Amino acid sequence: MDEKKMCSVCKEKPATLFFSKISSDNKKQNLDLCDACAKAKGVSDDPLAFLVPDADVMLGLGAAQEITQTTGGVDLKCPRCGFSQADFKKSGRLGCPECYEVFAEGLAGLLKTMHKGTRHTGKSPEALRRSRDNAERFKLLQKKLAKAVEAEDFEQAAKVRDELKDLTPRTAEPAKK
Amino acid sequence: MDICDFLITPAEATRLHGPHDRIVMSSRVRLARNLKDAAYPGWAKKPERIKVLETIRPAVESLPEMKDAFSEAMDNLGVLDKQILVERHLISREHAAKSSGSGLVLNRAETFCVMINEEDHLRMQALRPGLQLRQAWTAIDHLDSELEKKLDYAFSNELGYLTACPTNLGTGIRVSAMLHLPGLVLAEQINPIIQSVNKLGLAVRGLYGEGTEALGNVFQVSNQMTLGENETTIVERLDKVLLQIIEHEENARQTLLEKKTKVVFNHIGRAYGVLANAHSISSKETMNLLSLMRLGVDLGLFPAVERSLVDELFITTQPAHLQKQFSDKLSAEERDLLRSDMVRERLKNVSRPSVKPLKPGN
Repeated sequence: MDEKKMCSVCKEKPATLFFSKISSDNKKQNLDLCDACAKAKGVSDDPLAFLVPDADVMLGLGAAQEITQTTGGVDLKCPRCGFSQADFKKSGRLGCPECYEVFAEGLAGLLKTMHKGTRHTGKSPEALRRSRDNAERFKLLQKKLAKAVEAEDFEQAAKVRDELKDLTPRTAEPAKK
Repeated sequence: MDICDFLITPAEATRLHGPHDRIVMSSRVRLARNLKDAAYPGWAKKPERIKVLETIRPAVESLPEMKDAFSEAMDNLGVLDKQILVERHLISREHAAKSSGSGLVLNRAETFCVMINEEDHLRMQALRPGLQLRQAWTAIDHLDSELEKKLDYAFSNELGYLTACPTNLGTGIRVSAMLHLPGLVLAEQINPIIQSVNKLGLAVRGLYGEGTEALGNVFQVSNQMTLGENETTIVERLDKVLLQIIEHEENARQTLLEKKTKVVFNHIGRAYGVLANAHSISSKETMNLLSLMRLGVDLGLFPAVERSLVDELFITTQPAHLQKQFSDKLSAEERDLLRSDMVRERLKNVSRPSVKPLKPGN
């Protein structure tokens, strides 16, 4: 639909980053960059003091370098999907969910700069949440049981043991899925 | 099925209202989700993508919210139909470029739109008119909870929902609103505002999202960070910032009216003049001028005009919507002629801006 805009710097490659600046006399100035030129110009947070460049792209580019450094140049590959860090360098995207474990070391630093924290604190799938809550409760009850036995409070120990028994089948259920 | 037979007409769409809709055009919350045992769409081979689509699509279709939904594989949609969906902000440009192995499920009311195999296996969004981020979050949260019973999501206790791009990791949430900010642009206050919004870790983008221009003075504000904070915190922060931007925009408009009356009237008068009289006009110029006319309506300069008239033109003058009305393939030049005809016709009975503005109403 739109005519393809060319990079304002090299005028060869199609532009992928677009910046507009509105000057005080209300004139608009455009700067369109292709990936290569944006990288070469070191376009950072504050180009022409206007729209911040697309963070996904910018972060993606830096990300690949970081991964290579931490793995000492060895081309790590995901055994599940065959995705390599060279592929990550090209696209800034990963191959499959398992890649997060394979490239964990290299990703750790990157995630720190990209996000507010490195631990998820939001929503989790209900089934998982239930089994996790149960697992925690299970541990707690086990401790309680040991304590009761140690104190020779057998009435309490029997009660806790029953609670544990109630909990067990439900813990096993989501795990089967 | 022709997508336009399903979609709400532009006239109907502009009659939907929400809080603060004179500045906030729409609110959106999007969640990114992936299946545990499949490669991400950008890396998966075609058979795997098709398998994922065949797993996800029926699951989405079976949700009560998706009763009578429009559900289609992307390879069954024409280029023009896809572009219309982009112009309506229902799918991303990236998704419009997809074909085999990707899909779309859109509910009747256009409040839920699920993209299958975009960058992630699932990109589900809730849309609302005006400023309604919390409502949009509650709605999509519920849809997601229903879907997770039917699908096996990729999730880690430590990192949350696993996404193709690490920038979406964790909550996979993007909360965003589309804002019309002509006052801040005219008052030359938009750049400092964008900078301070950026400093809060929020992104400001143009009309069509990533890497696009702020055509028609329309800006998208959204969160960038998705890991280390929960969804409610992200929604609340954005809501707070948006209320501040709304206040700045209102103040800018008021100040312009009081201190730069001539400048504002000049801009709006010229915009009206060109729109009502041009015989060839590009999509871009149309949007920028309609933005000024919309401001004129908000400021009471066109007492007989409803904002919906301008908003409708904002949709119908865009390239794909315009092309759709004509059976022959139009060149850009031909579109410019037909666009100007359409705008002139719609503005035929609109009298020129009154120089004594009424008290601006809400």
